[in-house]
Amino acid sequence: MASITIRDVTKSYAKSQVVHGVDLDIASGDFVVILGPSGCGKSTLLRMIAGLEEISGGEIAIDGTVVNRLEPRERGCAMVFQNYALYPHMSVAQNIGYSLKVAGVPAAERTQRIQAVARILELEPMLDRKPAALSGGQRQRVAMGRAMIREPKVFLFDEPLSNLDAKLRVQMRSEIRKLHRRLNATSVFVTHDQVEAMTLADRLVVMNGGRVEQVGTPGEIYKRPASRFVATFVGAPAMNILEGVVELDGLSLLGDSRRLAIPRVGLPVGAKVAMGIRPEAVRLVAPGSQGALNATVDLVEELGAGRVIYVDLDGAAFSVVTSETVHPAPGETVGLKISPEDMHFFSSETGARLDVFKASVPVPAH
Amino acid sequence: MEKRVTFSRRTIGILFAVPQLLLIFTFFYWPAGQAVYWSLTLQQPWGGGNIWVGLDNFRSILSSADYWNSIAASLVFAAISTGLAMFVALVLAALTDRQLTGSRFYRVVLIWPYGIAAPALALAFRFILAPEAGFMAVVNQAWPGFWDPGLDGVDAMASIIAAFSWKYVGYNFIFFLAAFQAIPRSLIEAAAMDGSGVIRRFRDIQFPLITPTIFFLLVINITESFQDSFGIVDIMTSGGPANATNLMVYKIYSDGFKGLDYSGAAAQSIILMLLIIVLTIFQFRFIERRVHYR
Repeated sequence: MASITIRDVTKSYAKSQVVHGVDLDIASGDFVVILGPSGCGKSTLLRMIAGLEEISGGEIAIDGTVVNRLEPRERGCAMVFQNYALYPHMSVAQNIGYSLKVAGVPAAERTQRIQAVARILELEPMLDRKPAALSGGQRQRVAMGRAMIREPKVFLFDEPLSNLDAKLRVQMRSEIRKLHRRLNATSVFVTHDQVEAMTLADRLVVMNGGRVEQVGTPGEIYKRPASRFVATFVGAPAMNILEGVVELDGLSLLGDSRRLAIPRVGLPVGAKVAMGIRPEAVRLVAPGSQGALNATVDLVEELGAGRVIYVDLDGAAFSVVTSETVHPAPGETVGLKISPEDMHFFSSETGARLDVFKASVPVPAH
Repeated sequence: MEKRVTFSRRTIGILFAVPQLLLIFTFFYWPAGQAVYWSLTLQQPWGGGNIWVGLDNFRSILSSADYWNSIAASLVFAAISTGLAMFVALVLAALTDRQLTGSRFYRVVLIWPYGIAAPALALAFRFILAPEAGFMAVVNQAWPGFWDPGLDGVDAMASIIAAFSWKYVGYNFIFFLAAFQAIPRSLIEAAAMDGSGVIRRFRDIQFPLITPTIFFLLVINITESFQDSFGIVDIMTSGGPANATNLMVYKIYSDGFKGLDYSGAAAQSIILMLLIIVLTIFQFRFIERRVHYR
């Protein structure tokens, strides 16, 4: 078990900078998930922790020791790769035991430890098989076993579940979670799948464009997204956004005709603001009800437990998740009701969160 | 079901195969058959009939000490030049694979030697290795009499091995580099995470994964060292001194076209062909077992 401290870490290649000054503290035993779209620098950051990628600037410390100049093997990290990276010419047992062999562990002890790991991962019947004779899920398990057997200080996962089919992914997700509870080793897990991120993380790190947008528990990130990017990236379907302008008597959304009576707290007149609301927080009411916005239904997606209703709100696309037994048909007019406390506000220029309701002065998020 | 083109009439299929069959027959089976026939007769140098002698040609060749010397020289040449050409190419490819900047340039530059005709490169090496004026003259300056391929059989053998290996290093390099680059980067990284250093990774991961290429190159290099060595020997040593570099392929030429012993040369060709066949079968039987195909 070890803590990881990342201080102002940057990564540049010959032509471009892909990680811009990342600061992150990972406590010992934490399960941290780094979430972001592809190309946001999350894998690069993970590989810099592992020692597979040189650190252009800043400092990474594992358990208080700066590891910038250490070889991967000296850092005490184990990594599970996206494509598993199993050695194709070695059997499952040899794959799992390779690190011990390199470390010069005697054959008898090696066999014993391989057996122990195989038992946990239910790989015992296939120890003599080559990776080519295994299914995707089994290969995934072997890759986990190879990481586990070293009893590393830190586990690094580089999108390990993205090559699996949906059912297996859910199963492996809970196994990884169980494994973490059992070993309690510090883990860093990189993914672009927000469901995976929300379900696995003790703490979630959302990255975009080589920068950390927000760090927090999955609940915090869902409830109080620090930026417009986080708000729209986390949650499915994505948060609805309406552009607006601050006026003397409130916030004007959807042009002059609709105006939301929102106190103009600390924001100058003419400031451009984006209002966001989760599809789950929008209520469907009868058209023309008091305080409701009228919209036209575009499309209804049946999910079984509920449905997603895509509507047109004076030209703006809006989605509503409802579990109520309403079945609006496309083309029908419905009323949307939004409570002020469910609204999120972001600066249109910087994308930063504006806490209009919760604070008297807008607090730009870090 | 396997996809396969079928012809409504058998004759159409045969017609399509005829051009290729004709080529193979004209340029391989017919000459080879002729060689077999000649090897069993005594041919007159200026034509005009021949005498059936059965296996007499083979008996006289195999009882000649010169011929056994030629076989030994060929085996030494094949073993050392193949080993050298493959080892140097393997090291170059492994180093190029690690530091990829400019690898495209190496690839082009290193394939060129293979494109040079054997006599041309032999002439170049003759100058380079000339004891009185070339690069080795410097060594001779320090140790007089150290290097003289014109008098010393070992030096002469070393010269033709150097020239042949130089040509095949480029060829082997291309295949080795391609094999190294076909290994997923993440495998090397996984081994690095497992605590394996550069040398260990090469031994445990990269080397086993390129064994199919090593095997392929071994077969090609050995076969070519028996056949493609002719031009180099002819220009550099003419089989000398004292038959030290009289390789089998060169002896066929000199006995046949200079000594006008067509029948003996034909018998030697048959023996060379059988030797290459046996060596190749041996490699497939005993070495291929150790190859890991993915």
